Formats: sequence, C-alpha cells, structure tokens
Amino acid sequence: MSKQNRTTPEKVIEVTDLVTHYGTRKILDGMNFAVDRGEIRVIMGGSGSGKSTLLWYILGLYKPTSGQIKVLGEDINQISFNEHLKLKQNIGVSFQSGALFSSMTVGDNVAFPLREFTDLDENTIRIITRMKLEVVNLGGFHKLMPSQLSGGMIKRAALARAIVMDPKLLFFDEPSAGLDPVVASEIDDLILSLRDNMGMSMIVVTHELESAFKIADRITFLDQGKNLLTASVDEVKQSKNKRIMDLLQRRSRHDKLDPDEYLRRLTQENYTLS
Amino acid sequence: MKSDLINFVKDENQCTVFVQGDVDLSNSSELRKTILSALKTSPLVVVDLADVTYIDSSGIAALVEGLQYGNSHQKSFRLTRLSPHVKSIIELARLDQVFTIND
Repeated sequence: MSKQNRTTPEKVIEVTDLVTHYGTRKILDGMNFAVDRGEIRVIMGGSGSGKSTLLWYILGLYKPTSGQIKVLGEDINQISFNEHLKLKQNIGVSFQSGALFSSMTVGDNVAFPLREFTDLDENTIRIITRMKLEVVNLGGFHKLMPSQLSGGMIKRAALARAIVMDPKLLFFDEPSAGLDPVVASEIDDLILSLRDNMGMSMIVVTHELESAFKIADRITFLDQGKNLLTASVDEVKQSKNKRIMDLLQRRSRHDKLDPDEYLRRLTQENYTLS
Repeated sequence: MKSDLINFVKDENQCTVFVQGDVDLSNSSELRKTILSALKTSPLVVVDLADVTYIDSSGIAALVEGLQYGNSHQKSFRLTRLSPHVKSIIELARLDQVFTIND
C-alpha cells in the first residue's frame, strides 16, 4: 500500500449534522456528507443550494452554527491553528476564478506554496514547478503573467498550483465553467489522471452534467441546504426523485409563493431574509 | 553509505543506487545528495526504484537533478526497475520520454 493510502484515513471527509447561517438565514440545514479515500465526488445542485457554502466550511473558512466537520481524520473546529496549517498542506484548492496572483508570473504562482511551506532549494522548486506545469499541459509557460493566459489556461495554472504540494485531498470549484467543450474534456481527463496516478481524493463542484457523469464515482445533490441524494452515476440517471429529474433536465423549480412574504420583500424598507 | 532509504553498490564502472520505501519531503534531500555524490565519482549511475512504495514531487525532482548533473558533466544517469507507483508518476509528468529507463 502506498504512503498516500497508508497515511490517509478511509473517510477523507466526514460532515455530520452541519448547520450554518448567513446572518439569520439558515444555509446548510443538518447536512450529512462523507467522502471515501481515492474517491472523486461531484457536488451538484441549483444556485443557492449550499454547494459553495459546504466547501467553505469544509475548508475551515467559517465556524458552523453546529455539527462536526472532519477532514483527513481531524475535527477542523477542534484543532489548533498550527495543526490546521499542517492539515491545509495536504489540501489543494482550485478556485473557479483561478485566484492567481496577478502580480506574479505563472511559475511564481505555482511555486508559491513550496516557497511558503517547504525548505526546498530553488533548483528543486523550479523543477517541481515546471513539472506540474507539464502535467497540466502548460510546459514552458512559467514566465507568462496571468493576464496573458486564456480562461482554460488560467484554470490549468490554478490546478498546477493546487497540486504542487502533492495534496491528499483536492477541491475543484467549477473546473469546466466557461470553457469550450474540448478544453473542458481535457480538464476532466486531467482530474481522472491525477486520481489514478497520484491517488488523490477529490471533491468537484460543477454544473456541467456531462463532466459530472464522466468523472464522478458518486454524485451528491444538494437542495435547500440538505444532502438530497448521494449515488453512483447510474443510480442518479435512473432516479425518480422529481427534484433530481428537474436538475438533470434543467427545469427550473417553481416554489409555491407566499404572497404576503413576497409583498413584504418588495415593499418593506428594512426587510431582511429570515 | 547505507540508510533505511538508500543503499548502493559501486565498482569502477558504475554505481547502482537502491532506493526503498517512501521518498518524500522528509528524506528526498538524502536521495539527491547520494545521487549527486555518486555522479561525481562514477561514469554511470543507475537508480533502482523497484522497492519504492511512494515518491512525491521532491523525490522525482531529485532524479531530474541527477539527470541534469549527469548531462552537464558527461556522465550517464539511468533509472531501472520502476515500481508501479513510480512508473505512473513519471509517466504523468511525461518524464519517461526524458529519462533513460531500463527494465
């Protein structure tokens, strides 16, 4: 068994009864969610279903109202700052926007975590950085600035930075959004290749059905802050759940309107969501 | 030199470096130093990776540095008997087209 497997718990993520609020508004409402080691889990759901919020809480960016979040076996709301910092070195995140530092070259962006968290010398850092750029098909692009890259290249550069520390767990937020189908398919292949060759576990948030069906071991559908369904691709395709069918067939939801509440939203000067 | 990670066998023509176990940030500098040291005294260095259970990017970088040094000092640097994990990592980075790899 490789070290990646020996030192990684069987469940890389365990979220139990997670409740979160934004102001007074409840966003996640008793969420339960677990991801196995080596799994590619795709998270889907409509806008406002809680997908991004779930990611932010798993990454420890906010404290939940209640519930437990274990990442790589550590309860992230119980560990010290230093323990959390160490944990984060085993986690890579590729944001939807890329989130590259605009003042740095692509190479310096990718090298950034190595310079921050390791004592490796510059020659080794240079080799690792350029190797990761090769992996994402950006070999030779290290001297370019982010502003000189296309949308697909920015996503691939962000991915190179996310994997530069050889993380055990990788998060992708909308890896294919805004890309043409060929480039989106290349990113999907890359995701599968990273899992197969490096043994990474991955959580991928996406709206792209074709991509989800191609890469997912299991898909979790979120709806109104809850885990509506977690199932294999085949099970999802055969689901008779109306909300799942709506999402798969891209039908919008038409919630029953509360006319009094609607009028208050339109007219009250100090109206806030409750 | 002998350690839990690295052993080597040397004669006047070549040095074979045997690597075993996990190679990561905690010990890749040892691998790098051993390879560079072997290249300074041997015309041919072969790294046997059959017993490597895990190698991270810093370990792969140590191998690349060996090749870099060998090429710039007219020495031969080869890899042999890649474990399945090492093989997959090297192929992912397309380094199988860069290294000389013997079975």
